[in-house]
Order: sequence, then structure tokens, then C-alpha cells
Amino acid sequence: MSTEVTSTTTTTAAPVPQPTSLTPWAALGERFRRGDLGQLPAVLMLVVIAIFFQITSQGFFFFPRNLSNLMLQIATTACLSLGAVLVLLLGEIDLSMAAVANFCGAVMVTLSVYHGFGALPALLAGLVAGAIIGLINGFVVAVLRVPSFVVTLAGYIFYSGLLLHILLPNTTIRLIDPTLTGIMTNYVTFPWDVLIPIPVLAIFVGLLLYTRAQRRRANLALSPIWDVWGRIGLAILLFAGGLFIFESAFGVPYSTFLLVGLILLLWIMLRFTRFGRHIYAVGGNAEAARRAGINVIWIRIAVFTLTSTLAALGGILDSSRAISATAQVDPALLLNAIAVAVIGGVSLFGGRGSIWGVVLGALVIGSLSNGLDLLSSQNADIKLMVEGVVLLIAVIIDALARRRNAVQGR
Amino acid sequence: MAENQPEAPGGAQLPGSEQSAGAVAPQGEPVLRLLGISKAFGAVQALKDVDFEVYAGEVVGLVGDNGAGKSTLIKTISGVNIPDSGEILLDGRRVSINGPADATALGIETVYQDLALCDNLDVVSNLFLGREDSAGPLPFGRIMREVEMERRTVQVLKQLDVKIPSVRVPVASLSGGQRQSIAVAKTILRNARLVLLDEPTAALGVAQTRQVLNLIRRLRDQGLAVVVISHNLADVFEVVDRVIVMRLGRRAATFDIHATTAEQVVAAITGAEFGEEPEVNGATPGATLAS
Repeated sequence: MSTEVTSTTTTTAAPVPQPTSLTPWAALGERFRRGDLGQLPAVLMLVVIAIFFQITSQGFFFFPRNLSNLMLQIATTACLSLGAVLVLLLGEIDLSMAAVANFCGAVMVTLSVYHGFGALPALLAGLVAGAIIGLINGFVVAVLRVPSFVVTLAGYIFYSGLLLHILLPNTTIRLIDPTLTGIMTNYVTFPWDVLIPIPVLAIFVGLLLYTRAQRRRANLALSPIWDVWGRIGLAILLFAGGLFIFESAFGVPYSTFLLVGLILLLWIMLRFTRFGRHIYAVGGNAEAARRAGINVIWIRIAVFTLTSTLAALGGILDSSRAISATAQVDPALLLNAIAVAVIGGVSLFGGRGSIWGVVLGALVIGSLSNGLDLLSSQNADIKLMVEGVVLLIAVIIDALARRRNAVQGR
Repeated sequence: MAENQPEAPGGAQLPGSEQSAGAVAPQGEPVLRLLGISKAFGAVQALKDVDFEVYAGEVVGLVGDNGAGKSTLIKTISGVNIPDSGEILLDGRRVSINGPADATALGIETVYQDLALCDNLDVVSNLFLGREDSAGPLPFGRIMREVEMERRTVQVLKQLDVKIPSVRVPVASLSGGQRQSIAVAKTILRNARLVLLDEPTAALGVAQTRQVLNLIRRLRDQGLAVVVISHNLADVFEVVDRVIVMRLGRRAATFDIHATTAEQVVAAITGAEFGEEPEVNGATPGATLAS
């Protein structure tokens, strides 16, 4: 094939500044210049917050037990944020998430308590309820082309009412099923918390090196070697560090295991599958995506369904942690979920952001809340004000990055 | 309209109906030939009995004033509009184009002015958008072969001599000329035989215009048939082999670019010199063709 002939000279096709010669700092500078800050602001924010609370709480913040507790606190919000990232990538929004979460949690609880459902059927029913709600949202948004803002606002109101209705005549129902309450109180302990992640880590490293070998064979520009080892090192560090902290407490919470698994799955979906690529395409330029033959309607419906299902899962975690279902939709939940995504670098205008942003965003919001709790003198007033400021900073960074991108663009 | 009376026995005038200044079409069968295409939007007759042809390895410039029917003609070829009457021949075989997908399947690709690029995606993703090289059992699980797609991207860009800093930068960070080039490269990846370019140099700077014109030449050298709609006669004269002038929904004139002047083309566009020409076209050869 003629391709073999060209492949030996492909590197000359474009005057690529030899990436292998790039130092980490130069690469970072290059990204800055492009306005592509990625998750750097969130990382800095997290570091500042962590150090601040470590000092002000007299060293209690970094206690393994506190960090373990932190992971339980952020589980519900993080789960909703995963869904928020998906809709935000489309350039849409889902305001019904919190109501859907609490409603679906209540579905699970009522089925378990009033109708004698087993743990698994009740849990699945909660998830299916979420999926159906998402399907309806997606249909109205994608097919009838009603702005998602309004559709999901209506959903928020409706499902708040439905939540009240299914709990009647009570306002709170206590969850008894030990399996369901166990989701948030049980821990994965040694040796499973080591044995399960290690193969995943090994596959990650293997794929990274395999892809590099493949690119070398195809004569493509290679990312600098420090980048590869940096990624591998970071993965191992996070794994080992996380494990060390959790082992120093009670083990890895079920919900953390679940969340990490979900993040990995969604990352693979968004980054490596056609479906994920098409989500970014629709968020970037829906008309171009349509003309490229992408079924935009199906993508939108699928994403709204996924989002509401993730919200339902978040609600189930919430009910499990609270050991009950209440008739009141948590007003902070929705805003926190969206704030987490935005702090994590996901653009509100669609098409930009990564699921990893949720990890950072959730840690930022969670640390703020957790840290302010530790300084027990502060109450909700300070908490909300600080959260508001942090969110504003995150959105300003997003807007500035966009503007720089646009100015530099053409 | 008087000139549309079908009983006018004007068929004999047909050869004279077109002003030709030494237009010598390349020999052989055109890649695409349109015969007697008419299209009306309500009371507006956008195309009246238009013939059109483009050969492989040739760049045809399609010029005309606003509302002359250029866009309608292009949309007919690309399947956006379905003509009221007339025939479309591809390699001499009659085909029907009932939608953009049909046109794509026949190897006809259109680059519209808005380029239809996703600014947030990188070059590779844009080139393969909707046609990602992937494998897997589920719609959620079709993993893309990134390395292979990138290899082919580099290959196509080299083939077209398009220079960009990296195929992994978002398209938003590229210049107008580079973006136009990416949009054109997309058609090559789809194995296009005929590429339609709508105002490819509009809103481009001098250097970028040059870049795009070079790209058009390279498409021709690869043996593709290229149709360029343009308002910019300087660009047309630089890159085109033949000029087809549309006026008031008709094909008003055809020029060989080497045997004509800008003044002649402008005159044909405005109808200044050939003012009587609509009457010349009065016969409806479409009627004869239909029989």
C-alpha cells in the first residue's frame, strides 16, 4: 500500500514542534497560552482549601477518619454531578436532578418498607424510575425541542410533588432493610480493596504503553515519555495514597468503590467510544453533528436518561446514608451537583470538560463543607457564602478561558 | 412568462442559446451532468431548464449575482433540493438524488460556508465525525481506533499539503484557512469524486486565500471534479478552468478561463452585454428532453 511509503515521512507533513523535546513546564505554558487550563484551577483550589483547614482545624482535617467521612459526605453530590457533566457536555441542563434523586430514593424506600420488596428489586425499581424520568425529559427536549431549562424545571416541581405524594401520610419513612442501609455503612476491606483495583491499574498501564507502541509503529507524534510515566505515577500514587488513608480508617466505603468504578466507566465512554465522541460533537456544534450523520435526537435522549439514572443512584445513596426517605427535596443538592461540575472545569456552554473534573469538584465542595463543619463555630451561613464565592471564581475562570480561546482562535 | 411557452419551436436555437467564448470542455464523459433542471419555490422559478457538467480533474467556477440560482443549483446536486424536472447523470448513468445521503453515497461532497466543524473537537475527531473507525458490540461500547484514525488524518493532510501545528489541537484554535482545509480534507476521507465548495475564500485573508486556492488545485490534480461558487472573480480566475455564469435562474454563459477576460464574465453576470439573452433562451428544450 502506498500508505507504507508515506508513513516514513509523515512526521514532516506538519511542522510539529517535536513534542519529545518539550519539557513539562513548556507544555504547561503552551496550554496556558491556548487558554486550556483544564483542571489546574480546581487542583489549586483544593490544595489551598485543604491546607487552610488542616491548619485551622489543628490537624484534624487530614485524619483518615475524617477523609473517610468526607468520601461518604460527597457520595450523593458526586453521583449527581456525574450526570450533570453529561448534560452540560451537551450544552443542556437538568434542574430536576435533585428532585429525581430524592423521589427515586423514596421509591426504593417505600417499596422496601411498605411493599416488602427485597433489597435488589427495590434498588432496581428506584433506578428504573430514574431512567423513565430521564427518557421523558430527553424526549421533550430532543424531539419537541423545548429548552431543557424549562422542561427540567417543570420536572423539579412535579417530582417534588410526587415525592410528597408517595410518602403520604408520612413525611419521613425509616429504611430498615440492612442490605440497603449497608450501602453507605459498609466497607470493602483487605484483601479485596487491594485485589480488585490492581488488575484495573495493570490494564491502565498496559493500555497506555500499548498505545504508545502502536503510535510509534504508525510513525505518529509521540507524547513525551515523562507524560506517560507521569500518568502512570499519578495513577499509582492516587491508588496507593487513597488505599493507605482508607485502610487507616475502616476500609474503602462501598459508595467510594462504586463511584470510582462509575467514573472509570464514564471516562471510557466519553473518551474512547463513538457514543462519547458524539456527545462532545453535539455539545460543540449540533448542526455539524447532524450533518455528519449523527443521530442527535438519540444522543440527547440517551444522555438525559443516563443523567436521571445517575441522579436516582445518588438519591438511593442518600436514602441509604440517611436511613430514611424524607418528603423534602434537599435544596442544596441540585446547586452543589452543578457547582461541582463547573468547578471541575466543565463548561456550561457545552462540549468542553472531562468526567475527572467531578473528582476534583466534589473534593473542593466536600472539603469546604467538611472543613467548615470541623470549625464548629461556623454554621450554614458561612458555608453557603464561601461555596458561593468558590463557585463564582470557578465560573469566572471558565468564562476567561473561553474568551482567551475565542480571541486566539481566528 | 412568455418565454416558457412550450409550443415555441425554438429547439433549433438551442446551440446558440449559450454565449460561449471559446469554451472548450474537456473531452470524454463528465463526472456529473445535469440536463434541463428546473426548480420552483412557489411562484419563484429559481432554476429554469439548466444544464450543467463537470469533468474529472477540472475546476468549474459557478458565478452569478445574488439570486441567480447558484445556491439552488448546488443544493440540487448535493441533494438538499429535489428538482421539479430534469435529469442527473453520473458517469453517464442516470441517478436520482433524493437527499444528502444519496449524494454522499454517490461520492458528491459539499463544503458549505459554515464548514460544519465542531470547534471543541480536535482535527482527527472532526475529520472522522460520524464515521469513526470503531469496534464493539454495543452503541455505548464501540471503542474508537484512535491511532489508525490519526495515521489516516496525517496522511490525508500531507496528501493535500495542509499545514497545521498538530492534529490533536481543537479546531477552534486554527486559522480560517486551516479550518477550510480541514473541511475539505473531510470530503477526501469520504472518497469524494466531486467536491462542491460554497464561497471557500469568503472572509479569508490574503495568505489564507492562497492556501485554500492551492488546496483546490491539489484536489484537481488528484483527479477530482471540483465546483467552486465564488463572488470573487480574482480567485475564480486564479484557480478555475471553466466558468459557468448563472443569471436569473438560467445558465447564461460558459467561458474557458484562458480565453476570456474579467470584463466578459462581469458582463455575463450582470447581463449588460447580453441583455437580450433571456429571449434567446426562450425555447424550452426541457420539453424535448422529456419526450
